Amino acid sequence: MAGQVRPRPHGRRIAGVVSIVILLAALILLPQLLQGRPFELRLVTIICLYSVLGQGWNILGGFAGQTSIGHGMFFGLGAYTSTLLLIMFGVSPWIGMIAGAAVAALFGIFIGFSCFRLRGHYFVIATLVVAEIVYQVAASWDFVGAASGISLPVKEAGLANFQFHRDKTGYYFIALAMLVAVTVLAAWLRHSRLGYILRAIRDDEDAARSLGFSPLSYKLIAMAMSAAIVGVGGVFYAQYVLYIDPPSVLALQLSVIIALIPIFGGVGTVSGPIIGTAVIIPISEYSRVLFSGSGRNVDLLIYGFLIMAIAVYLPNGVVSILARPSVRTMVQRVGRRFGLDPKTGEENSKQPAETPA
Amino acid sequence: MSETLLIQLLVSALGMGFIFALIAIGLTLIYGVMDVINFAHGEFIMIAMYATYIAFATWGLDPLVTLPVAAVLMFAFGVAVYYLLIRHVLGGAMHAQIFATFGLMVFLQAGAQFFLGADYYAVSGSLLSGVVRIGGVTVPLPHVAAIVGASLTTAVLYWFVFRTGPGRSLRAASQDRQAALTVGINVDRVFALAWGIGAACVGVAGSLLSNFYYVYPRVGALFVLVAYVTVALGGFGSIHGALLAGVLIGLLQVFAGFFISSELKFVPVFLVYLLVVLLWPRGLAGKA
Repeated sequence: MAGQVRPRPHGRRIAGVVSIVILLAALILLPQLLQGRPFELRLVTIICLYSVLGQGWNILGGFAGQTSIGHGMFFGLGAYTSTLLLIMFGVSPWIGMIAGAAVAALFGIFIGFSCFRLRGHYFVIATLVVAEIVYQVAASWDFVGAASGISLPVKEAGLANFQFHRDKTGYYFIALAMLVAVTVLAAWLRHSRLGYILRAIRDDEDAARSLGFSPLSYKLIAMAMSAAIVGVGGVFYAQYVLYIDPPSVLALQLSVIIALIPIFGGVGTVSGPIIGTAVIIPISEYSRVLFSGSGRNVDLLIYGFLIMAIAVYLPNGVVSILARPSVRTMVQRVGRRFGLDPKTGEENSKQPAETPA
Repeated sequence: MSETLLIQLLVSALGMGFIFALIAIGLTLIYGVMDVINFAHGEFIMIAMYATYIAFATWGLDPLVTLPVAAVLMFAFGVAVYYLLIRHVLGGAMHAQIFATFGLMVFLQAGAQFFLGADYYAVSGSLLSGVVRIGGVTVPLPHVAAIVGASLTTAVLYWFVFRTGPGRSLRAASQDRQAALTVGINVDRVFALAWGIGAACVGVAGSLLSNFYYVYPRVGALFVLVAYVTVALGGFGSIHGALLAGVLIGLLQVFAGFFISSELKFVPVFLVYLLVVLLWPRGLAGKA
């Protein structure tokens, strides 16, 4: 079958669309189920937010292969930009969202422009260091509230003001909309020309250059998209919590979590960041609720242990379970029952190059 | 500016610098041999500091006495971490290794808080506390001890790595793992050795630090961040580089803290890192 063109079967495409529609309907109806349960509503909102951050990171870290542990700075830049615009000029957070994304993207381009020549761990440490500089400057600069942070003014609840008070369902829908948008973007990117070029650069920079693609400009595009998405997430956070300070929006811990989520779910995949968040965030939130009463950090003890266990038993992320032979045959068996062609059940990424007849 | 002040600043700068260097040498040794960044390195420091404090508080053992014991215990701890955790993720992706040591970091930090609480503890009134007069200038004794202790340890380390058999296999494995395997070096054991020595280095650093630094569950975060920068500034895998960069960063941090602002004392350090790697993308002495 090598060399033979395998079009995506019609049945599979329909099944895919149907399952996505069902999933979306369930997600839209979810708040009905969670009425009077603020904890769960907050949990699903946070899951959407972190999935957005993970998708954002994944564009640079997964597709372009540039591992960053400084993405918290884009989150913080977004949050600070919209908040300062709101407080000083009364600018609507929705415009602040665009401004936040733009500031984050510009800053990302600036960092990329100077640091993309660094390879491997030197780049990783450079992102860490720049993020830490941003943190320390924000924590000592009175103009941005220094270490005491900024409280956002409470406005009338409603979509226009980007604030919801008694019923926080609005936040959930905004977060969900953001997640859908970035997931569509990631799915498009994966099969777009840009996505292929980025992955070519990731896999062999010199080969990509020899084909005439400038690695720097494509990496800068990925960086700008990635930073803008995470910046938008920061704007959402500021409006959701209505208080920002350096430890909550710029901390190293945040940068690490943003990177860990897609790594855990599966680097460079569209579903990875969502799966990663859906597993990691509930573990951390529920263990906090169940065990933090003692004030002894049992939740983090469990969290740390689980992360180690995952590293040992699932080194390639949760998505890798789906690629295991036993799981694959199971998926194919289920697929066959629904009348799908089992042989095309997986993405044919390892397909040899086609030779035109 | 008075000469006395200059000397005092210099002593504390070198004290911190040699501590940073010692921590970074441990980190770079592990990296050089097996390309793994140990994110839990800061927590190793924390464990050594707690061990030193507990020995002092319960049995009245001076940090000076605990130091060799801490080094040996940390060596064993490092080897244990290698065999129990790191060994199992070596075959996987680089991400898995980051994950494993990050998980260990969270675990150790939370463990410390679980067993010992979030309070700050300090060793007070140890043999190496107070001040000492050198040539008419009063300088803090703990910093002098840090300079002496850390430079002696570094010297021993240099002797071990560059003059002994196991040290030679360590360097061999770091230069070319495949070739080292071919000539019959047990690479697995060399890896364990690197973790042991790396941890022992921070054992010494932790004991010296506890003479003039508080210990609390998150103390490692501060030192390890600087240690990453030190390692990268020196060039990943280079012991000379780590030593040079550590001392340089100690100087920068203390003088910047004094002349610019104590809140922003690490900003110049980070800026220097960026400047150096932008000019020399492999650090001051990194392997190609």
